[in-house]
Amino acid sequence: MTWETVIGLETHVELSTATKIFCSCTTEFGGAPNTHCCPVCTGMPGTLPTLNEKVLEYAVKASLALGCTVTRRGRFDRKNYFYPDLPKAYQISQLYLPIGRDGQVPITWGDGERKTIGIHELHMEEDAGKLVHDPWQDLTQCDYNRCGVPLIEIVTEPDFRSGEEVIAYLEKLRSTLQYLGVSDCKMQEGSLRCDVNLSVRPAGTSELGTRTEMKNLNSFKAIGRAIDYEARRQIERIEEGKRVVQETRRWDENKDATYSMRSKENAQDYRYFPEPDIPPIELSDGYLDHLRAEMPELAEAKQARYQAQYGLSGYDARMMTGEKALADFFEDCVALGAEPKNACNWIMTQILRKLKELGAEPGRMAFTPQSLCRLLALVKEGSLNRNTAVAVFDAVFETNGDINEYVKANGLSQVRDTGLIESVVSQVIGDNPQSVSDLKAGKEKAFGFLVGQCMKVLKGQGDPKLVNQLLREKLEKL
Amino acid sequence: MKITEEMVDYVAGLSRLRLDPEERGDMTRELEQIVSYMDVLSQVDTQGVEPLSHVLPVCNVTRPDVVEPSFDREALLRGAPKRDEATFLVPKAVE
Repeated sequence: MTWETVIGLETHVELSTATKIFCSCTTEFGGAPNTHCCPVCTGMPGTLPTLNEKVLEYAVKASLALGCTVTRRGRFDRKNYFYPDLPKAYQISQLYLPIGRDGQVPITWGDGERKTIGIHELHMEEDAGKLVHDPWQDLTQCDYNRCGVPLIEIVTEPDFRSGEEVIAYLEKLRSTLQYLGVSDCKMQEGSLRCDVNLSVRPAGTSELGTRTEMKNLNSFKAIGRAIDYEARRQIERIEEGKRVVQETRRWDENKDATYSMRSKENAQDYRYFPEPDIPPIELSDGYLDHLRAEMPELAEAKQARYQAQYGLSGYDARMMTGEKALADFFEDCVALGAEPKNACNWIMTQILRKLKELGAEPGRMAFTPQSLCRLLALVKEGSLNRNTAVAVFDAVFETNGDINEYVKANGLSQVRDTGLIESVVSQVIGDNPQSVSDLKAGKEKAFGFLVGQCMKVLKGQGDPKLVNQLLREKLEKL
Repeated sequence: MKITEEMVDYVAGLSRLRLDPEERGDMTRELEQIVSYMDVLSQVDTQGVEPLSHVLPVCNVTRPDVVEPSFDREALLRGAPKRDEATFLVPKAVE
């Protein structure tokens, strides 16, 4: 039997505001335990939360960018659960009137395959604190620095059929939110976290199978592998005549397997009700128009522009816009006068290769557009051939070392390209028949003149030994 | 609506409350009384009335995204039943 995998995603994204969602404590990452806290975010009785206007703005912008209908009259709801990561014993979230609904996210993957992923809803909520379980005592330490950090949760329809589609969507989501400036979406720091709901069914049927939810997926690679593993696990169970149990499973990166978290009984009864501490939210036409006007150019518009304006291929344009930091780098290079296709080529082949080697992110590289442009200029004026330029690039990339200095210190600016020198030699011989015949007549001085002419064409950067040698060889063959 | 002792146990469980039999009986009676008042409210004709979640005629109460100093940690921890130097301590909670 052929099976079809059906996947829906719940993605939590930390908004990059300066302060928490309901109080003025900093959202800065790290810090000694409980030093980014106040009575509001530690859930002290009698405190009153006040919504951060930036959170609302970012959530609306994200909703608009993901094609959602923005809820004009909304509110928050109280999700009650008793777990010490939230000291109030409830989370302020949105259930009944999420800020965004019914969005669409077009994705492209593989060889240009396309589909549109439906967004069920987008809502605002507060993050929970960090619990550290003390292995020596039967105690748990609570650090509420993260408690109250603003999140948006983006819930898709069960529209994915493969891990590839899921990753294409997450890449799109990350790029969109980065372009909007509403989140940095760093998976390592947990500012983008993803739960995967997965079920399988016989291909061609429309009824959904029993799903499991996978947590603890902290890289795109882990997500792809967890999806493959979990789909296989479910199919095997069904084929063995067992049934899939609805449960939460945790991905174990080291074992490459998911395992059951033995979900607690009664876990799903959150007894939601309208949050009485936060007054309703009403969004005017003016407010929405204002935010729409502030929306930056997003990845898709950029792709179209790169193709039309710079003549990049669709694939190249996609690669350049996948991450905002890379698109910024590319655009800076073009603004500095780099030839767009050439800059794109270097970014695709060299920079992406180097980032992959180092396991680094484009947003964090030291290498600047100025350095790349300097390198491209050296290649263009013939001071470096392409292979040497790549060697220089490799040497300076990590620290953004000074290209001119490196070239000088290593004597690389001399032209040692035999092919190039040979062509110059032929040209000079052709242009100076008088000197050639002088030389044949024994006037050795003429040789020096020809060398001089070659060096002139090579802007003085030809390797003198090579020029001498190649000129001599050529003349002897005449 | 009838409140049963099972319902009280269920809600107490969600809130990690341990009730002795006497408390459970009291709670059942009190909740019964409170909830029976809802029956009175249910008699009101709400046809065509929009649901109301907040009674005050205010909306969009927000604050600017400007960092203020956080609280002194010692002051926050002072009231905790159990604590160490930097954190609140609670009975071991396992996910």
